[in-house]
Amino acid sequence: MIDFEYHSPVSLDQTFELLDRYGEDARVMAGGTALVIQMKHRFAQPAHVIGLRKVPGLDSIIHERNGDAGVVRVGALCTQRRIETDPLIAETVPLVAETFRRVATPRIRNMGTIGGGLVHGDPNQDPPPSLIALGASIVLTSTGGDRTVPVEEFFLDYYDTDVQQGEVLTSVLIPPAPPGSGTSYLKFLPRTADDYATVSVAAMVQAGEDNICRDVRIVLGSVGVTPIRALDAEDLLRGQPLNEDNIRACAEAVKDAVDPLEDFRGSPEYKTDMAAVFTRRAITQALASAG
Amino acid sequence: MDQDISLKINGTDYERRIPARRLLVDFLRYDLGLTGTKEGCSVGVCGACAVLLDGQMIASCITLAVAADGVEITTIEGIAEGGHLHPVQQAFIDHGGFQCGICTPGQVIAAKSLLDINPSPTEDEIREWMMGNLCRCTGYYGILESVINAARTVQEQGR
Repeated sequence: MIDFEYHSPVSLDQTFELLDRYGEDARVMAGGTALVIQMKHRFAQPAHVIGLRKVPGLDSIIHERNGDAGVVRVGALCTQRRIETDPLIAETVPLVAETFRRVATPRIRNMGTIGGGLVHGDPNQDPPPSLIALGASIVLTSTGGDRTVPVEEFFLDYYDTDVQQGEVLTSVLIPPAPPGSGTSYLKFLPRTADDYATVSVAAMVQAGEDNICRDVRIVLGSVGVTPIRALDAEDLLRGQPLNEDNIRACAEAVKDAVDPLEDFRGSPEYKTDMAAVFTRRAITQALASAG
Repeated sequence: MDQDISLKINGTDYERRIPARRLLVDFLRYDLGLTGTKEGCSVGVCGACAVLLDGQMIASCITLAVAADGVEITTIEGIAEGGHLHPVQQAFIDHGGFQCGICTPGQVIAAKSLLDINPSPTEDEIREWMMGNLCRCTGYYGILESVINAARTVQEQGR
């Protein structure tokens, strides 16, 4: 393990002061599941670690209504397990509960947080595809105030995100899926149940009158350097009848959107084929879940 | 850099000055001599190092001890009460829940943490919860049997 100095601020203002003082020598830590392993392996070698555990106000889950369906604001320090089991999440954004239940193991979910996971920027994680499929946003706070970024635009490259110097991810804003829509998250796990996905797919499908697809979102994980939204594939289904041929054509089109890395979970060709298979299943399952 | 921490472990208060780099598993084992907690994979996957932090099961091998300042930790040494083994410990003995034994403290902590929140789990719920505790001897059927029987004991005691 590398050597470093640990700081435990008790307010966001203190956190910003520390970030200002130590600049790029500092890393912010939430649950630590990702950062501590990176430090053990010397992938990350910060001279200063700023632990957020004692900063109050970052672990609430609130339904903010503003006339319409509103958004669920999830504090950055909410653990994955808390999100998996929270009644408000289950009621308003069940896809999120379902997705967080697929993260690693209960032991890790007790430690890892929604904010820490997002900032980690690992393209193999479960939550980003589902958050993007729901149109969620990330709130980044600095001394200059809040900056809101769609999760879809947050991931820039492999383990690289849009967090700027001096910013702390403080909450995630998740809108409920539109009325009449269905959602699903499928995680292809050919090895073990606690593995990262070989391919993962989140889908949101909204059926309108006469079984026409009013809207659809398809977002894939583990098939590129960031989560990938398959926009061209969505366009093949949006406005079209939700029949087997159209769903199959849409699923086939995600092959052009993905760019998987070769690893011990499979070749790029295999993952590309599986991306289409699991997209078709995810769309079908989302439709079946529509209320 | 050394820092002061104070925390409660198995009901006893501790104050220590430790380096920030000290992992909780090493703090327990080497600084306090609580060697019941084991280290297996060192990356949070195998479950051998499981302890309870404020009642929640965590991986002590990827937890900084300085980040545990002010919390309450329960290790395998702390779950027997009044000279009586915890029902999970007794069930592991009665139903052959271990072979070589190195994963056992983590298995017992995991099973206890499950029964703390769900005293009557289904077999599927037990399997899913215990998924993150690996037994390299592959003694999983004995472990499952132990947890099922521990749950029965806990339910009977709860009545």
